[in-house]
Amino acid sequence: MADVVFTPNLQRHVECPRREAAGATVREVLDAVFADNPRLRGYVVDERGALRKHMSVFIDGRQISDRERLSDPVESRSEIYVMQALSGG
Amino acid sequence: MTQPTLLISTRKGLFIAEGSGKDARITRSAFIGDNVALTLADRRDGAWYAALDHGHFGVKLHRSADRGETWTEIAVPAYPPKPEGFVDKDMWGREREWATKNIWALEIAPDADGGLWCGTLPGGLFRSEDHGASWSLVEALWNHPTRVKWNGGGADHAAIHSICVDPRDPRCVVVAVSSGGVWRTRDGGASWTSHTVGMKAGYVPPEQAELPEFQDPHRVVQCPSAPEVFWCQHHMGIWRSTDDLASWQQIEVQPSSFGFVVAVHPRDPDTAWFIPAHSDQKRTPITGEIVVTRTRDGGKHFEILRDGLPQRLAYDLVLRHALSLADDGNHLAFGSSTGNLWVTDDQGEHWHTLSHHLPPIYAVRYA
Repeated sequence: MADVVFTPNLQRHVECPRREAAGATVREVLDAVFADNPRLRGYVVDERGALRKHMSVFIDGRQISDRERLSDPVESRSEIYVMQALSGG
Repeated sequence: MTQPTLLISTRKGLFIAEGSGKDARITRSAFIGDNVALTLADRRDGAWYAALDHGHFGVKLHRSADRGETWTEIAVPAYPPKPEGFVDKDMWGREREWATKNIWALEIAPDADGGLWCGTLPGGLFRSEDHGASWSLVEALWNHPTRVKWNGGGADHAAIHSICVDPRDPRCVVVAVSSGGVWRTRDGGASWTSHTVGMKAGYVPPEQAELPEFQDPHRVVQCPSAPEVFWCQHHMGIWRSTDDLASWQQIEVQPSSFGFVVAVHPRDPDTAWFIPAHSDQKRTPITGEIVVTRTRDGGKHFEILRDGLPQRLAYDLVLRHALSLADDGNHLAFGSSTGNLWVTDDQGEHWHTLSHHLPPIYAVRYA
């Protein structure tokens, strides 16, 4: 099970505490989380399933490379951070 | 209307003002810190809707059943997947994402109890039958052959910003697109025709100046009591149609015909208001003076209204949804990109400052 952490900035809009979720890719892990928290999906990905433009995801400290299909592999003990990129004012 | 309620959408929250003329005050707020694109007050059931653009977290819609005291997130329009192999590129050659980038129009659809129309960026029109609990794309307009030629006008993406539901027939709806022309359906969205005869674009080669899909209407309004009359603030100036969109006639106005907003009196199709800006190159008030122009004779003559408005060193721009006229035809409000907000209760003869220090104002609307 991967350990999934969401940016604190999201908590104001949708409650999404740190949790464990299973999956071999970022997509599978996030889908497992969204299955329990459907409103969270639209805040992280758009209707195509692509990561929103100003969001970023790190697996064990590395930024993912596939922002469209979220196919980057996840290890069973991986730590996944769903963060917001710095932008705006 | 003695105590109008004004919904003010800004870059950092929704503000609610109550009261008339010089007595108007901002009394409440919601979504502080969030980017509010625009609102809709549905007179049928009293519901208020607010479109939010969270940037990082996408576009959201919220609904309030208690006039803004509490809000509930509802569904947001979502585009279907782009068909495999379908070529859809913007003017910069970038692949156009079929994904909701913002909401720039929200109106009621009176032919169904919970009916709503929603205009989005990058150019999709959506329809809800259930007060926004779900949305479906109006495919006939999105699949129109010219749609792939629509491009960004006021934003990087094409935007449906004006939706006029015909008071004679709710199945008849006009939408205006920056930049993509003026379109009308008479069958609830199943088919669409273009209505830009007479309009001209100055930002394309001359032989393409009259192509419907290259017209950039900044805002289009329809007179409720004379629905054959439309007014348009276009990128190239002001146009009016008095023949139910068979044609448009251009109208020259001093000190400038450039601007983004227009309002038409609900019971007098010859009375309309504009807020001029200095050409598309500068987009500021002329010589630092904020004025409103008003015609009472269908555009033959215009008065310049300035009482109560800053007359020196003012550089406010009024964006396309930031002028509202109340149903009584007397109260108007407009807000600027620098956070100033003015109201009048006498059709613009005298203006009163409601605030000098709001966040940048995107939209105002009388509830």
